[in-house]
Amino acid sequence: MSAPPILVPHASGTNRDGEAAQAIRLAGGDPRIVHVNELRDGRVRIADHAAMLLPGGFSYGDALGAGGRLALELRTWFADDLDVMVAAGKPVLGICNGFQVLVKAGLLPGPAHMPRRLTLTENERGRFECRWVTLRVEADVRSGWLATIGDSVIRCPVAHGEGRVVADEDTLARLVAGSLVAFRYQDAGASPGDDPSPARGVYPANPNGSADDIAGICDAAGTVVGLMPHPEDHVFTWQRPSGPEGASGLPLFDAFVRAAR
Amino acid sequence: MPGRPISTADVAGNDAAETPLPVDDARGTRRTRLRFAHVTQRIEVSTAGDPEGARVVRAAGLVGVDGLRECRVARVYQVASDVDAGDIERLCREVLVDPVVATHHVGAPRPPIGRAVEVAPMPGVTDGEARELERAAAQIGLPPITVSTAWRYDLIGDLDDDEVALLTRRLLANDTIERSAEGELEPSFTLDADGRAGEGPRVDTIAVRGLTDDELLALSRKRILSLDVAEMRVIQAHFGAEGRDPTDAELETLAQTWSEHCVHKTFRARIELTHTAADGTVSVSDHDGLLPALREVTDQLDPWWLRSAFVDDAGIIAFDDRFDLAFKVETHNHPSALEPFGGANTGVGGVVRDILGVSARPIACTDVLCFGPADLPDSDLPDGVLHPRRIRDGVVAGIGDYGNKLGLPTVNGSVVYHEGYIGNPLVYCGALGLLPRDSHPTVAGIGDRVVSIGGRVGRDGIHGATFSSAGMDASTVDTVGSAVQIGDPITEKGCVEVVERARDARLYTAITDCGAGGFSSAVGEMGEDLGVEIDLAVVPLKYPGLQPWEIWLSEAQERIVMAVPPDRLAALRTLCDDWDVELTDLGVFTGDRRLVVRHGATPVVDMPMAFLHDGLPRREMVAAWDDPAPGAVDTNPDATPSMSDRLLLRLLAHPDVASNEDIVRRFDHEVRGGTVVRPFVGPQADGPSDAAVLKPLGTEHNQLAVVLSNGICPRVGIHDPWAMALLAMDEAVRNLVAVGGDPDRVAVLDNFCWGDPTKPDRLGGLVRAVQGCTEGARRYAMPFISGKDSLFNEFDGTAIPGTLLISAVGLVPDLHTAIDSAGMRPGDDIWLVGEGTAALGGSLVDAVLGLRATTVPTPIDDPLPRYRAIHGAIVAGMVTAAHDVSDGGLAVAIAEMAIGARTGVMATVPPDGLDPFRALTNEAPGRIVLTASPTDRGPLEDRLRGHGRRIGEVMADQRIVIRVPDAPTDAEGLDRLRATIIDLSIAEAVAAFTGGAR
Repeated sequence: MSAPPILVPHASGTNRDGEAAQAIRLAGGDPRIVHVNELRDGRVRIADHAAMLLPGGFSYGDALGAGGRLALELRTWFADDLDVMVAAGKPVLGICNGFQVLVKAGLLPGPAHMPRRLTLTENERGRFECRWVTLRVEADVRSGWLATIGDSVIRCPVAHGEGRVVADEDTLARLVAGSLVAFRYQDAGASPGDDPSPARGVYPANPNGSADDIAGICDAAGTVVGLMPHPEDHVFTWQRPSGPEGASGLPLFDAFVRAAR
Repeated sequence: MPGRPISTADVAGNDAAETPLPVDDARGTRRTRLRFAHVTQRIEVSTAGDPEGARVVRAAGLVGVDGLRECRVARVYQVASDVDAGDIERLCREVLVDPVVATHHVGAPRPPIGRAVEVAPMPGVTDGEARELERAAAQIGLPPITVSTAWRYDLIGDLDDDEVALLTRRLLANDTIERSAEGELEPSFTLDADGRAGEGPRVDTIAVRGLTDDELLALSRKRILSLDVAEMRVIQAHFGAEGRDPTDAELETLAQTWSEHCVHKTFRARIELTHTAADGTVSVSDHDGLLPALREVTDQLDPWWLRSAFVDDAGIIAFDDRFDLAFKVETHNHPSALEPFGGANTGVGGVVRDILGVSARPIACTDVLCFGPADLPDSDLPDGVLHPRRIRDGVVAGIGDYGNKLGLPTVNGSVVYHEGYIGNPLVYCGALGLLPRDSHPTVAGIGDRVVSIGGRVGRDGIHGATFSSAGMDASTVDTVGSAVQIGDPITEKGCVEVVERARDARLYTAITDCGAGGFSSAVGEMGEDLGVEIDLAVVPLKYPGLQPWEIWLSEAQERIVMAVPPDRLAALRTLCDDWDVELTDLGVFTGDRRLVVRHGATPVVDMPMAFLHDGLPRREMVAAWDDPAPGAVDTNPDATPSMSDRLLLRLLAHPDVASNEDIVRRFDHEVRGGTVVRPFVGPQADGPSDAAVLKPLGTEHNQLAVVLSNGICPRVGIHDPWAMALLAMDEAVRNLVAVGGDPDRVAVLDNFCWGDPTKPDRLGGLVRAVQGCTEGARRYAMPFISGKDSLFNEFDGTAIPGTLLISAVGLVPDLHTAIDSAGMRPGDDIWLVGEGTAALGGSLVDAVLGLRATTVPTPIDDPLPRYRAIHGAIVAGMVTAAHDVSDGGLAVAIAEMAIGARTGVMATVPPDGLDPFRALTNEAPGRIVLTASPTDRGPLEDRLRGHGRRIGEVMADQRIVIRVPDAPTDAEGLDRLRATIIDLSIAEAVAAFTGGAR
């Protein structure tokens, strides 16, 4: 089977596109890193891609709130193209800054949740922080493509300053009821052999103070998924620091690329 | 009136002020920005639970203001435009305000709650958020707007005027780059830095002919030229022969090009050193240049994998048969002292551009920081100096901001605290790059265009090079405040993307970064062989009003200069447009070997390149170094305190040893997905790492990895700079070997930070340190490939401790064999390579206990055999963990391994004739603690060939037990009991190690 073409948009300040492309390639996809300027002037068409991965970084320096400027560009330039992509069931994955963009553009948790009542804002400790975390892919996640790896564990780094999920009780309850919570932070335990348990809001297992340990969410249609941590930085065994075996991020990209076929 | 805020009231009725000013924005679309609009609308945005407010409250206690109960923070946007209230609401709703966590208020300032202080960047200081808001407004279809931003702090509590002023000065604003006031600040739109718009370009002639020596020196001081009388006389003679006086730009160009920063006058000087040994023996030696001496030893070693040393912006070595590695470390000390965030920020930006300057893709950053004690009492803080804590916090934030936003992992570094750095901190910023072999073009051709890409030019950074070539005092802020800047990492990121693609498409024939001295240095150096002609009128400016010499000298950041053949210029322009990078075609390489600069038709500079580059007279300098007399503790072996659990905990809690997690976790050390050995190791990811191992993205065709490490021991240098050099080199190598690096594939960089070299005692130490470097390069067969000297690190006439940073880059032959300091398992043997020393001079324990030892450890004559033996054992897979013995000595090293691995250790340390105190705290070079399975005991013993001894066992319990037998006697059992020196729990050690830094 030929490798599905997967769009990896690059805006000024995007910086984890290289690893994202590598993860897509390892999973059998054909990553295309394309500057948003090329999309805007029509040299490259969003519609020609089977999926889209919005990578991490600091688009436009995160001025005016992380991801806000690129979200505005998506809304003003590409809203129709993205609607078509989502309606066609093509998977969309946003990682870190990409997740922030999807939330601020209203693509996550999705149109049913507008006006927006969920955001990603400054970490509880008020600073950028880089550390490895343990994630659970929720067993009941609404996203069909992500559910293929449901109830599994991924270890990978976070590296962000504005990753705290904030929403009111009602919105959180709707996310949970709708199975839109895709990833939660876990406590890996004190020893390498321990089974992960819920982080229960405790730092550093929950690194940013996110409500309900939420690390990532999906939309109601299940095609759009976003998360703060970086599974693309754990696709080789040598990338893993000492700790439990396995828990690679690669199965996530396998599932993503499968859904793009 | 420089720096005067411009309010709308000032320009009401001023016709000229309403003239639309066309601005080429980086998106490539031409738009018009109103210079001053009719209405300024004020927006305040507050975020619920903003952590910044809590930070201010915490920090207030540290500066002695206990009455601050709460601080509320708001962001202020002053929008000058013709837009109406509905538009402003739309701007808030669609761009500015996150509806979930933020609220906004349009109109007059909200009434203060407590005391309201506002802080805003000075005119001309980079304000990225204002620029992005202007672009966002255009994107949602609003008419052009101009934005000025500010922070508003509502200080709530029991505060008097002095306390509000103190909090403002110490925590909220830095008057080097910001203005502040209680109440509302008038907005300042950075259109015109000082109201000189409308004037034509002005080139002044500076009279030098006929001046006396005193008058020449006065001129040098007045214009901050940092030139001495001999140099001024040469300039006078040159222009005398031409029958004219120099222009302002010519004089400034010479000062920049001849500055210590750019031309390393001291490192090229002839020096006579008088060295007085401790026994009074005096020897006098002549040194024909320090830099030539460093180069000479590299030339002699000349390993096959050396690609380029000392000739370009960075040193280059081979990675594999397809790729090379470029490595460079810079310093940004003086700017960081004045504006820690901006200084460190632009320090990272500068060294990354050095990597771009050799056509490499930057792939990692390093940072080594030297600060005054974080707990310095306020009463001990000299006037005009920021508190070490504030400097540290700002520097850390600045490094993180730039490196993280560039997408570069900051993977290796260290932090040193010492009283000697209170007035003059050191900020070493390093960068590593990867480039395809032989892909870096270096020969511009006649007719090639001189092209600049990246940021716009403002009055920022004028005199940075000459500023770093002079000492500082309390008035420094007033005289050279403009030398400090804030960086714009996103613009630099664009340059990174463009340079890589332009290199691969062979669009340029030469490239260099625009650093200290701005265009005058970059273009002047690039055009040395051919000559150039430049037109400054085409340079895009941040704001009008800059005079030609300022454009020519500006050190505005994020600029790269290239030589581009005319037939490839269009392709480069397209590439730049695609990546939102501004390109400027400045002029041409002429072939007449002259530096010709115009501003339109106005001549600015016209000088022969030969005078610019070869006219500088070589300095003759005098140096003296006296070895210190031995202290009482050096000569009397019994005059030592005893080792105890308490002392070990004190050493672990010392800021130089204790965990740096609070600092290092603010740097992304994972981006690019290549980090194999990271700054923290072990199951809880809190054990200290010896060095960083990286697998560069895009080199998956083999298993080779890069290793980065460093060595720095300024406490040794106070007593013996020669030994400091060798011991720092040893530290860098043993760190590198400890993670699996090959000791036969190491290249190093030197970074000297020293005091005023015109003072013989400072220069004497520097010469001794360079002698140590050349000796070390031979002993370790390790070439220097690049370096940097930062001199004049003095505050109020007191020099910093002469400080040498050795940064090492090497290779791990197979990334799967890389190890760390916490990989051991219960039951493993513990091995020690190397022997201790009685010398405690320069050790951490000497500093902690005030022992006043002056005799420092003796460097190793022949270090490579032991490191090769260890490397062989690691490659063979026998070693489960390794950790170097450095600050604090052997007990600290063993405890750090136990902390990282969370396993107990039981070690019996061979005394080697030392008392237990010295045996456990000395910092002899060449020592590494290893662990290995007992099943490998025989083979490992063979491998280590007498360099290593088995000293203990990794235990399943959670205790750190260390014994030093007084003397091996036949009553062994009894002696062992008596000889137990350390017995404490890992939990206690962890508490000391992780609590000490906070």
